[in-house]
Amino acid sequence: MARAVTNRRKLVFTLVAWTLALLIFFPILWTVLTSFKSEADAIASPPKFLFFDWTLENYTTVQERSDYARHFWNSVVISLGSTFLGLLIATPAAWSMAFVPGKRTRDLLMWMLSTKMMPAVGVLVPIYLICRDLGLLDSRTALVVILTLINLPIIVWMLYSYFKEIPGEILEAARMDGASLRSEILYVLAPMAVPGIASTLLLNIILAWNEAFWTLALTAAKAAPLTAFIASYSSPEGLFYAKLSAASTMAIAPILVMGWFSQKQLVRGLTFGAVK
Amino acid sequence: MSTQASRAAARLMLSPAVILLLMWMIVPLAMTLWFSTLRYRLLQPGAHPFVGLRNYVFFVTDPAFSTAIVNTLILVGGVLVITVVLGILLALLLDQPMWGQGVVRLLVIAPFFVMPTVSALVWKNMFMSPTSGLFAELSKAVGLVPFDFFGQAPLASVIAIVAWQWLPFATLILLTALQSLDREQLEAAEMDGAPPLKRFWFIILPHLARGVTVVILIQTIFLLSVFAEIRVTTNGGPGVASTNLPFLVYARSLLQFDVGAGAAGGVVAIILANIVAIFLMRAVGKNLDA
Repeated sequence: MARAVTNRRKLVFTLVAWTLALLIFFPILWTVLTSFKSEADAIASPPKFLFFDWTLENYTTVQERSDYARHFWNSVVISLGSTFLGLLIATPAAWSMAFVPGKRTRDLLMWMLSTKMMPAVGVLVPIYLICRDLGLLDSRTALVVILTLINLPIIVWMLYSYFKEIPGEILEAARMDGASLRSEILYVLAPMAVPGIASTLLLNIILAWNEAFWTLALTAAKAAPLTAFIASYSSPEGLFYAKLSAASTMAIAPILVMGWFSQKQLVRGLTFGAVK
Repeated sequence: MSTQASRAAARLMLSPAVILLLMWMIVPLAMTLWFSTLRYRLLQPGAHPFVGLRNYVFFVTDPAFSTAIVNTLILVGGVLVITVVLGILLALLLDQPMWGQGVVRLLVIAPFFVMPTVSALVWKNMFMSPTSGLFAELSKAVGLVPFDFFGQAPLASVIAIVAWQWLPFATLILLTALQSLDREQLEAAEMDGAPPLKRFWFIILPHLARGVTVVILIQTIFLLSVFAEIRVTTNGGPGVASTNLPFLVYARSLLQFDVGAGAAGGVVAIILANIVAIFLMRAVGKNLDA
């Protein structure tokens, strides 16, 4: 008897949760569906949900007309470039703060986080002019450098929170056994640090891929990543729903899949380890 | 026991990150302050004379400024209220036993990974367009006149889009916080006959305080600088109805080429962000000590 009641409860929760989840997800689903429609079907009234002539034509059109592949490549270079550069700078810093903490480590961490409180528009003008004078407007180099800097505090914090959990006793044991600093890092610490570094990497790629202030303000045609490419659909072309959908689907698919895989690490990463 | 040598090595490992961040903070900030005192138009070549605080007076007395400040606060506040309240409800729901919980979670967090320009454009054209958007079709189907979202309620529409993007974040964090709640405490309260609402108010909500704090802090940082969503949907309009502070600074400096006024606006934005940060830290900071 009790079992039947629990099952009924479970069924109700399942139905309500699925309905809400599908509602929240619907805009994405609708975009993906629309990307396979002809333009006529895309604006059909009443709307066609599943029963239309599926076509891949929009994808080829988007690539031919606006060179989607180039913008995709820009996004890849900018997000991977800034992430690897950021890790290169942040790993030693987080490492030393976690394993050789000083009196000021806590303050230093808070100060790094506080640089995130500075709104980007506050420094838009000088950054724009510096880029202009160095000939770096509409270049991937400028964006790699800027995204590295704005995400650096997050990378340091995330790595720090992971490194902090590596027990110090292991290091002492290795030292007692006569391990040199080099082998200590290479054989003892590195294997334990890799998972933390990997999830930091994933989260930062997602953040950099979707960054849409500097990428919009500093690029035109040449170095525009997907965020800026999609923004160019905001006027007349945006009325071609099927093509807009195809471009959007291609822009979000890789990062959506990546995000789904890293969702367990996401909470902890985004809250700098405050919520686990 | 760290030796002298390992301390020196630690400082060496730390310095690139610290120096870079210090430069990133100080150099552009000093330049913004400097430019904000100059008469500096990008389209007018020649000298940039010093004008003192005139740019600030110009920027702050512009009627668009007060609108932008109010809009910024409404945007941040509106999105925070929506995402925290719905986030708590959704987290409570997702914490219940159900079939396919994993998939439901994936569906709910998906909007967070959609880049801002895509979600803004998809909502604007395919859902909120008064001519062929899905909402217009729905209203026509039930015999109503389609609502012109961005014409009639531009700021509210932007808030709706931004809230859709951030609801997953709030939900996910609150759900994680919820799952660390001690079940025995809840069961004990249930046995003692505490009704669900009381259990929520006196046990669950206090437990969620830390999670809510984190959500508010982090979202505020990002929401104060919402830009892309406005840029691709309304371009700040109609008029300045949906212009927030970041967009106003962008418009002054890169659309009207007035570097001086743009820089002054940038300084104002930094001051505003710091005021909000101080208030936040005061109001919610005690929840964060652990």
